[in-house]
Amino acid sequence: MSTIETTSEPKPKETEKSLSITVEFTGGLEMLFSNQRKHKITIPARTISGKTPTIKFLVQYLCENVMKDPRKELFVLDESVRPGILVLINDADWELEGEANYEIQDGDEILFVSTLHGG
Amino acid sequence: MAPTPCELCSINRALILRPKNHQKLCKTCFISTFESEIHHTITTTSLFHPGERIAIGASGGKDSTVLASVLKTLNERHNYGLELILLSIDEGIKGYRDDSLETVKRNAQQYDMELKIVGYDELYGWTMDQVVEQVGKKGNCTYCGVFRRQALDRGAAMLGVQHVVTGHNADDMAETVLMNLLRGDLPRLSRSTSIMTSTPSAAAAAVPSQTKPSLTNIKRSKPLKYAYEKEIVLYALHKKLDYFSTECIYSPEAFRGSARTLIKNLEAVRPSAILDVVRSGEDMAKLVPGYEDTCAGKCAGSTGAGAVEEEEAGCGSAAGRSGGGEMSKMEQHLTRNERADEEELEIEIKLPIQVEFLKDPANDAIPLRKKGRKGVKSASTPQSSGKPVTKQTMGSCENCGYLSSQKVCKACVLLEGLNKNRPKVAVETSTDGEIVSMQQAREELPGAVAQMSVDQS
Ligand SMILES: [Zn+2]
Ligand SMILES: [Zn+2]
Repeated sequence: MSTIETTSEPKPKETEKSLSITVEFTGGLEMLFSNQRKHKITIPARTISGKTPTIKFLVQYLCENVMKDPRKELFVLDESVRPGILVLINDADWELEGEANYEIQDGDEILFVSTLHGG
Repeated sequence: MAPTPCELCSINRALILRPKNHQKLCKTCFISTFESEIHHTITTTSLFHPGERIAIGASGGKDSTVLASVLKTLNERHNYGLELILLSIDEGIKGYRDDSLETVKRNAQQYDMELKIVGYDELYGWTMDQVVEQVGKKGNCTYCGVFRRQALDRGAAMLGVQHVVTGHNADDMAETVLMNLLRGDLPRLSRSTSIMTSTPSAAAAAVPSQTKPSLTNIKRSKPLKYAYEKEIVLYALHKKLDYFSTECIYSPEAFRGSARTLIKNLEAVRPSAILDVVRSGEDMAKLVPGYEDTCAGKCAGSTGAGAVEEEEAGCGSAAGRSGGGEMSKMEQHLTRNERADEEELEIEIKLPIQVEFLKDPANDAIPLRKKGRKGVKSASTPQSSGKPVTKQTMGSCENCGYLSSQKVCKACVLLEGLNKNRPKVAVETSTDGEIVSMQQAREELPGAVAQMSVDQS
């Protein structure tokens, strides 16, 4: 029930070296991430190529740095989130936010939820 | 990216992109749209009638939790006049259901609904742990699968409830349509697309709620059959529903697994594909001979009929997934079994024991009351009449009345085998081959014989 924000969020300042975000896994996905739903993580504010990190970057980052389960294919398929996993960026469907190309901002809450099981 | 406004209210920020039509909705509009579509499904198919008692097959998972929540909401909003009960099955495997049953118990409080947890021990006289002890780990899959498929119907009969609703969603439906299509099994495709199914004798009776519920007239329906799995999950998330999801996020069962993957991949490319497959399935079902016959006036205006028999549990079944802790071998075992088994027909299993069993009426020593033998409608049911495409004829199990293409259903056959070998337990049968009454059996063998009182009188 939030109203439309007319002021757009400022881009992270160049001086910032990292972004603090909250990543949450539910719907069974938490099992792949040490059985922990919420992860407060810090990612670099700029990728190696100097760009703002995107969801695509985040997914890769999570695989390499957070996910201890070896079954990466249960989370990632063809370098993207596996079909059947929903991604919500600050409560909004990532498809409304540019999907994998969404540029992550400081304080973002990103939720990955599996729809695949648990009827 | 600038926030997108909701296409309905134009005020709030859109948070949901609907897969079926790409509509962008805010949380409030999404929730009300989702609910009104389920309401539409229920009213256009005349799914319920006022005063009906409905058992919701509840596993604590997302589908059945959303189903319970939506039905409660709609029942109050539109005065359906339904009495809603949560029905959960406990297979009796130590630790297996703990978390999901806790969730269901919370749901019962949250929704102010009566909850009935029915154990395999009550239904069959055996918990799965006891079955494993008896037959070993190797063969127990058959038992769990067969027992599981009948459990909701048997549980409902115990409760005196005639109508069970399950949380099957559009993804489940599409998956089943695809699988039956790939197998060339049109009769089953026809059955599986119906929003409501009922056992043949229920269809034959043609009078709703005229008798006490028995195993031969339990209706099954799927109010969420047009609801996308994605929207079910979003509904649960945005309404902050308390549901349980398992660690078993993917269990690669060869055929169903790949059908599921196919569905999800299709959805990623073209989201409307899921409903399109469901609709195609329904249209193809109409081409199956006997389709009209089966339904005619028998199923309260529902979109189809045919036999309940093998429900496609899918992942969204009330049987559901459960677990907790590590992905145990049992979990995988059950999951695989569940998926494999739901694809079977009664007729497809031929156990050697069956012949012996049928020849020996004195061996009817199973914890199922044998009644309604005279009323057996085998081979003369609407389901079987005039359907050249259908190979098998559906009747009722002579022992328990459950739908079966054989004289005796698989569960009864398996139970017969189990009971015969039960150590130190002599289950009595009366001289005319009738099974002793459950009351009597219980008194004589406390705890040893199931209470499976399917009273058809
Ligand atoms: Zn709105
Ligand atoms: Zn039977």
